[in-house]
Amino acid sequence: MPPPLIELRHISKHFAGVKALDDVSLTIAPGEIHCLAGENGSGKSTIIKVISGVYQPDGGEIVIDGAPARPLTPISTIAHGVQVIFQDFSLFNTLTVAENLALSTELSERRRLVNWRRVRKVAEEALARLGVQLDLDADLDTLPTSGRQLVAIARALMSNPRLLIMDEPTTALTRKEVETLFGIVRDIQSRGISILFVSHKMREMLEISERITVLRNGRVVGEGPTGGWDEVSITRAMTGHDPSGETYRWTRPAAPPPPRLETRGFGVPGLFSDVNLTIHPGEIVGLSGLLGAGRTELAMALFGMYPAYHGSIRIDGQEVRLGSVQDAIAQGIAYVPEDRLGEGLFLTQTINRNLLASSYGALAHNGFIDFVQAHKRSSAMIKGMQIATATGDRPVIELSGGNQQRVVIGRWLMNDERILVLNGPTVGVDVGSKAGIHRKIRDLAASAGLAVLMISDDVPELVQNCSRIVLMHRGRFVEDLPTSEATEALVADRLKALT
Amino acid sequence: MSPLLRRSETVIFLVVLVAVVVIGVINPAAWNLGNIFSLLRANVITGIMALGVLTVLISGGIDISVPYFAMAAMYVTLLGMLNTGYSGVALPFIAATLIGLLLGVLNAFFVDRMRMIPMIVTLGTGTMVRGFLLGVIGTANINIDRMPPSLIHFASLYLVKRVQPDGTTIELSAMIVIYLALALLVHLLLRHTMIGRGVYAMGGDKEAARRAGFDVRRVTYFVYCLSGALAGFAGLLYVSMSWLANPRDLAGAEMDVLAAVVLGGASIFGGRGSVLGTMLGVFTLVLVNNSLIILHVSTTWQRVAVGVIVIAATATTAWRDRKRLA
Repeated sequence: MPPPLIELRHISKHFAGVKALDDVSLTIAPGEIHCLAGENGSGKSTIIKVISGVYQPDGGEIVIDGAPARPLTPISTIAHGVQVIFQDFSLFNTLTVAENLALSTELSERRRLVNWRRVRKVAEEALARLGVQLDLDADLDTLPTSGRQLVAIARALMSNPRLLIMDEPTTALTRKEVETLFGIVRDIQSRGISILFVSHKMREMLEISERITVLRNGRVVGEGPTGGWDEVSITRAMTGHDPSGETYRWTRPAAPPPPRLETRGFGVPGLFSDVNLTIHPGEIVGLSGLLGAGRTELAMALFGMYPAYHGSIRIDGQEVRLGSVQDAIAQGIAYVPEDRLGEGLFLTQTINRNLLASSYGALAHNGFIDFVQAHKRSSAMIKGMQIATATGDRPVIELSGGNQQRVVIGRWLMNDERILVLNGPTVGVDVGSKAGIHRKIRDLAASAGLAVLMISDDVPELVQNCSRIVLMHRGRFVEDLPTSEATEALVADRLKALT
Repeated sequence: MSPLLRRSETVIFLVVLVAVVVIGVINPAAWNLGNIFSLLRANVITGIMALGVLTVLISGGIDISVPYFAMAAMYVTLLGMLNTGYSGVALPFIAATLIGLLLGVLNAFFVDRMRMIPMIVTLGTGTMVRGFLLGVIGTANINIDRMPPSLIHFASLYLVKRVQPDGTTIELSAMIVIYLALALLVHLLLRHTMIGRGVYAMGGDKEAARRAGFDVRRVTYFVYCLSGALAGFAGLLYVSMSWLANPRDLAGAEMDVLAAVVLGGASIFGGRGSVLGTMLGVFTLVLVNNSLIILHVSTTWQRVAVGVIVIAATATTAWRDRKRLA
């Protein structure tokens, strides 16, 4: 057996007294797909930065090809054949595909002038090596995320790496794109290149990797060939406790009250049409479909962002008109957007302020805000949402992704909502937080009689929480699957059939 | 869309074409040779300053100190010439360019080291330099009787001269050649050198540029120094062409320059823009101002037109860029 390509031995790293990595050992064999699993904040990013030479470890050693190699710098790791594809790809959005591919080479060759013919040639070779075709002259920002990722991978392969580190590569991809990506990853592996696949999505790691190392709180809590793992054991290792197998089932009462939300012939020209959706109090309805099917637009229309809609909307039997966001809020509709960092949170503001952002109107008397009441309410919500913080005075940016998500959802629950529209409620959230968020949503539906529309790509999430799953395609509802009959595999198959 | 139609230069070119036809219909006199010559001449100063501002804008910054740097460089150089009695051409232009470049270092320093917002930095340095110029160096106009004849002679060089039937002569100024040469130079810098590509890369994503190995500090200094240097050069050329040096002149010209650059398709968010587009933008702006003069519209209304152009052009490019991001 050849020596391992790279070996971390007893690595530790502290930041201001906090142990980010504690006695971490990790071995990557040549040509192996190794998965590094862990929740947000478990130390995955720190390991990437140690391997890529951005951070120097405080203790332990790094062995490359059987020989100790210290200290690493970003330049020397590239020389050792390590390439990192960051989550944001580090590409140039305003430059062409060709230039994105060739610039690093030009820079590393210390060129002063740009020869466009050479740039094209280098770029063509890079794409040919990956076996993909892209328009070399297209500006990068005209490509979808998957296309940009291909450019990032092609660029990383140009320097003939021996280890490719991919940081959460599937976050922004649809299922179909993930499959294409996995094909490419296997192809890269067949050339003898090792891949360190950093992820918190269990299905994907089980599908792609050969070995899995699980981190929790900066320590390795499990390591072994993928065959020895399953979802339950990974979840247990990542979170430290058993996953909840429970599913939420709403049962239609004998004499049901009028539906919380009922749309008839609901549509926005050019985006979606003829949507008939009924959600009862306490019911969670799932909505899925490919990106671009019109599901986000449907959510936004329900939140009053497309005043020019057709059809009728009834809430608790009352015909309503949702001509603006203010109308929707007044009707008790809450929307948690897809891009919560961009649209939902004020990152540098405190947790309290974020929670209260849409409640200040209700808390004001004669123009003055009742801060005692405000503080009481936000403290209660921090407790209710189980946000992990000692005080509500910390800025939101200091929280982990899962806790940030709870802040967004918490904000919308401050004002006795009737209808909650969640768009990708647990995207980018780790397993432990995900279970917590699901529990909270179910509690709300069950106890407060909220009608929930859950838009998601995550089939297990939909099957576990929803009583029905509606599939949308090209702006129309194409299927309505009761989850009492639908298994995860069935839903996944139906989704695949939509392409 | 075909690649040619996708380019913003093509769009601006069509706008120019429409404007040319419309103006010709309203006032056929606009397209006599004399007016065309003076139109081209009027491109030179705004155009040279716009080349620098374009570079800064692509890098993700903005430079509104340009006309004030231009006037300071011009006035100091002229006073130097008058005091020493020097009567050359090349050396004064080199001096003015260098003064502009040094002032550009000031901008780059604040933007790079202090991490300040370029808009505020250049607003501050521009105001400061203007105040210093008027308060300490002088406010007196240098009229034609004191202007160095060498400069006037140089700026009066022409490419074509025609005697009209009515006895007047019309000329095509040779300064256009200087403008075109500088435009070609900036084009080559931006398009065919690594530092030029670094300007685009930094404007697109500063962090990604740093990770790829670009020296973003060097790029920052490069863009603000280039902008300052071109401003200094343009300042001296301006007074040589107008035969009058007024240190208060050009105040507010930053708007015209910015309007031209944005009109030329450069993105206010950085990362996008071209020399050809900017030149077309300058031409359009000059054309609009010129047509308003011919149509006897007062100068105050010309400012309104420039403001409208800035807003409309910025809105269009912002809309374009946002559509791409969506």
